[in-house]
Amino acid sequence: MRDAILAIGTRKGLFLARSRDGRATWQMQGPYFGANAVYAIGVDVRGEQTRLSVGTSSEHWGPSLLHSDDLGTSWQEAVDAVRFPEGTDAALARIWQLQPAGADQPDVVYAGAEPAALFRSDDRGRTFTLVEALWRHPTRSRWAPGYGGECLHTVLPHPDDPDTIVVAVSTGGAFRSTDGGLTWTPANTGIETPFLPEASPEFGQCVHKIARDPVRPEQMFLQNHGRTDSAGVYRSTDGGLTWTPASDGLPHQFGFPVAAHPHRSGTAYLFPLVADADRVPAERRCRVYRTTDAGRSWDALADGLPAAPHYGVVLRDAMCLDQGTPAGVYFGNRNGEVYASRDDGDSWALVAGHLPDVLCVRAAVLEG
Amino acid sequence: MDVTVWLAGALRPHAGGRTRVPVQVSPGTTVGGVLDRLFADAPSLARRVRDERGTLRRHVNVFVGTTNIRDAAGLDTPVGDGIEISVLPATSGG
Repeated sequence: MRDAILAIGTRKGLFLARSRDGRATWQMQGPYFGANAVYAIGVDVRGEQTRLSVGTSSEHWGPSLLHSDDLGTSWQEAVDAVRFPEGTDAALARIWQLQPAGADQPDVVYAGAEPAALFRSDDRGRTFTLVEALWRHPTRSRWAPGYGGECLHTVLPHPDDPDTIVVAVSTGGAFRSTDGGLTWTPANTGIETPFLPEASPEFGQCVHKIARDPVRPEQMFLQNHGRTDSAGVYRSTDGGLTWTPASDGLPHQFGFPVAAHPHRSGTAYLFPLVADADRVPAERRCRVYRTTDAGRSWDALADGLPAAPHYGVVLRDAMCLDQGTPAGVYFGNRNGEVYASRDDGDSWALVAGHLPDVLCVRAAVLEG
Repeated sequence: MDVTVWLAGALRPHAGGRTRVPVQVSPGTTVGGVLDRLFADAPSLARRVRDERGTLRRHVNVFVGTTNIRDAAGLDTPVGDGIEISVLPATSGG
């Protein structure tokens, strides 16, 4: 487990950090695609060769999807791989998520898009097809863009059931399919909407991110657009059918990312912010919060993180874990700093600073 | 008739490194028709200029001579023999 890669998507390009000493030190490469924002990174470790996939966005030249099978030495553009078909009267604005499916579907990759839509590839990202049933969902006309745009930003395939998948839309909420995407049901029961007159409608929630517990896949953790008078973090133990607040011990209810531990069931990570109207780290401190008891309690992790007042906001995809043991935990912020832990979050070290603002991170251990 | 398409630097890697690309089209062709011909063998160039609906990207400007086609008939703007069409990033997009 000496070799690892950390892919960092920023407002101005992709950076790749490589570690060859057990994640103790990191060497930076890049930026790649420097004039492009990188909102989505997929690290696919299912094949013989690890595949990096990135969704780039140029304000001038639009979105692109690129793959690398040599860890960034060369890139191949999958031109038009994610495109809206005729009849939708839509055009791809941005790829927000690139998510490989489970190991039992080695060629399946999902893409979450803006405008909010799910695409599925059955050839490992060479071509994609719009998941029509979600695009034509009867609630769709009442989805609304959040501050970042109307996007499908979370795709959670079930590791043991290829027909079951959960997605999340800002702002439309979570939706679940158990028949391979042929039908979709809102999966927001229990999630509050403090920005709407209804307390808990069937859909319309501003779900910021959901993480699935890989060990116990029916268990999921959700960071919502919470406010002081409503819960911001939820847990589901039934695959998203119902949600219950899981925010005891958190300083605030607002935030963007949530990430689950790859091996330790019930362990998940957050980066709380003060509020939607005050988007700075909770108590102005750079601290990750971790639960090890499935959201019943949360503890601040600060060893190695800056102690001084801090204003680096962590966006929804800018926190991740690798699959190592112990797990590596990573986050980047809008200050252009990236921090890593190689001990499940117990201690942290700066990987890179002074980057453009970080939009997403993904990491993987490359050898056993 | 013959027209020339001048490409901004960021587009040239998607056109074989060329700055000016000669395009042969029928008389009466529009800007859209010239681009269709130019893009036929250059899909990555095509998608950077127009989205999958064929709509010119918001922050891309196309000029026929010195006329921005948004001030004329858009992609339906007619072109004449020997004209140069320029494809440029707008100042608004970066």
